[in-house]
Amino acid sequence: MAEDSILELRRVSKAFGSHRAVSNLSLTIPRGSFFSLLGPSGCGKTTTLRLVAGFENPDEGEIWLSGSRLAGPGECLPPYRRNVNTVFQNYALFPHLTVRGNIEFGLRRRRDSRPAAAIEARVRAVLEQVRLAGKDSRRTSQLSGGERQRVALARSLVLEPDVLLLDEPLSALDPQLRKQVRAELKDLQRRVGITFLFVTHDQEEALSMSDFVAVMDRGALAQVGPPEEVYRRPATRFVASFLGAMNWIGGVGLRPEALRLSRHPAHGSRRAIVTGKTFLGPLVYVEARLETGEACSAQASHSAACFQAGETVHVWWDAADEVKL
Amino acid sequence: MKRLRFLFLAPAAVVLAATLVAPLAIVSVYSFLSRGAYGGVTEPFSLENYARLWDPLYALIFWRSLWIAAVSTAICLILGFPLALFIAAAGRRKTLYLSLVILPFWTSFLIRLYAWIFLLRDTGLINTALQALGMIREPLPMLYNEGAVILGLVYGFLPFMVLPLYATLERLDPSLIEASADLGARPFQTLFRVTLPLCAPGIWAGAILVFVPSLGTYLTSDLLGGSKTILIGNLVQNQFTSARDWPFGAAASLALMIVAAALLLAARPSGERML
Repeated sequence: MAEDSILELRRVSKAFGSHRAVSNLSLTIPRGSFFSLLGPSGCGKTTTLRLVAGFENPDEGEIWLSGSRLAGPGECLPPYRRNVNTVFQNYALFPHLTVRGNIEFGLRRRRDSRPAAAIEARVRAVLEQVRLAGKDSRRTSQLSGGERQRVALARSLVLEPDVLLLDEPLSALDPQLRKQVRAELKDLQRRVGITFLFVTHDQEEALSMSDFVAVMDRGALAQVGPPEEVYRRPATRFVASFLGAMNWIGGVGLRPEALRLSRHPAHGSRRAIVTGKTFLGPLVYVEARLETGEACSAQASHSAACFQAGETVHVWWDAADEVKL
Repeated sequence: MKRLRFLFLAPAAVVLAATLVAPLAIVSVYSFLSRGAYGGVTEPFSLENYARLWDPLYALIFWRSLWIAAVSTAICLILGFPLALFIAAAGRRKTLYLSLVILPFWTSFLIRLYAWIFLLRDTGLINTALQALGMIREPLPMLYNEGAVILGLVYGFLPFMVLPLYATLERLDPSLIEASADLGARPFQTLFRVTLPLCAPGIWAGAILVFVPSLGTYLTSDLLGGSKTILIGNLVQNQFTSARDWPFGAAASLALMIVAAALLLAARPSGERML
């Protein structure tokens, strides 16, 4: 295990019946990083998280945490012996307990049960951290979606896990709140310094929050790296298309923001017919069909998008923006 | 809209009034009358019947009935909870196991009690077998005691405990159990800290469904309890048949109802309004 890594998956496979949910997956998660597992539904990202948490056991391969083996051939630690905690997609808060009861739950289950005063102090600190101070005696059913999510976070963070596992924790929030919580979550991760393993199918979430993104495709790792690198230099066509939009022109990939449009021909430009426009507020996507029959979509600013459907335009781009796969 | 709702409710209301409210009213009135010479009731009105219930002889019968019902309910819970857990986790076999739980209902309870007599009596299957194996010399006294009554009640009412427990466990979000383990709770801690508390409504429903009929039972105690294990149900039955003291029987059955209702109200879990 590398010096700076905290969690390592070595050639892990898991099948459910004939369906291979995770196949031959190797991952190294650096200590203190915000690490995202990104992919479409059914790509195995949630199964990977559940393998680390201990809710599932791998058929093959090993999982190591902080230098000790969590799972491997012949022996898998149960979830309650692993120093990782999970924020569930539906939060899974205990409905029979108050906010405080939920947060204390893990502390009170520990063998080396600390004095009541120490528990009290820890709980109060965590309540402050997630801005829930004063709401500790509420029932979880009396909380808003955002508050429930913060209780779920607090309940796990209070145990100071080596790795916090987050299973699409923003998907239950409404879109307005989601963007705000993204920033908060990233900020919280930086402050507490705990490694986050974050599962999402939302590329924008993964790109905006992560130090590293691992893109998964049909149970296998497609590419891993910092968000910018994965976006700019996708390793496969799948990654290129899943992470942001991609036009395929003459065998090379071009991001919509790399395409330039004009009424007049330029050096190396190609002729195309505008087929439609998609208005997205600050930006407009102009869809066009090249003479070769290839469809493309170009991102344009508001003022530059004065083209009408049926109009002939000229498309060109910088060769440096070409993605060759 | 309101009229339509009233119309739909009317049949049930009529049936309830005829079969529940009216008899209850009659029994209430009877309980304040005096006994007729050959059964039936006659004037004058009196509180005599209720006063007689405080007689130590009857108080003992009440106490015994409560105790037997409570023990039977507790045993049903202890046996029923693991069974309900097992069925709820059984996946595709759930339906099979549930039908097995309900299967005894296909035969009359009376016949099933007779079957128990054949098993338990001195010359019954169990004693004969044990004697033939040389494990005992004298037959074990397994019939006509409180133990036999409790056995009969547990046997008869166990499904009423298992079904509501199963229904509650079935709806329990599995991620709550995972969350508990995730936060460091060992399986037993999860059982007592998460599963059981969340099953309170099911436990409560099952306990009522077992406790109330156990408290009023007369068939089980009559057949398996013998003459020494008289319960309130038998007392009431006797008053209306051989003793021909209808008013006292009415008072005893009303007292039973009141005790049962008071106990259920007192013991109901917090947060539940009625039942």
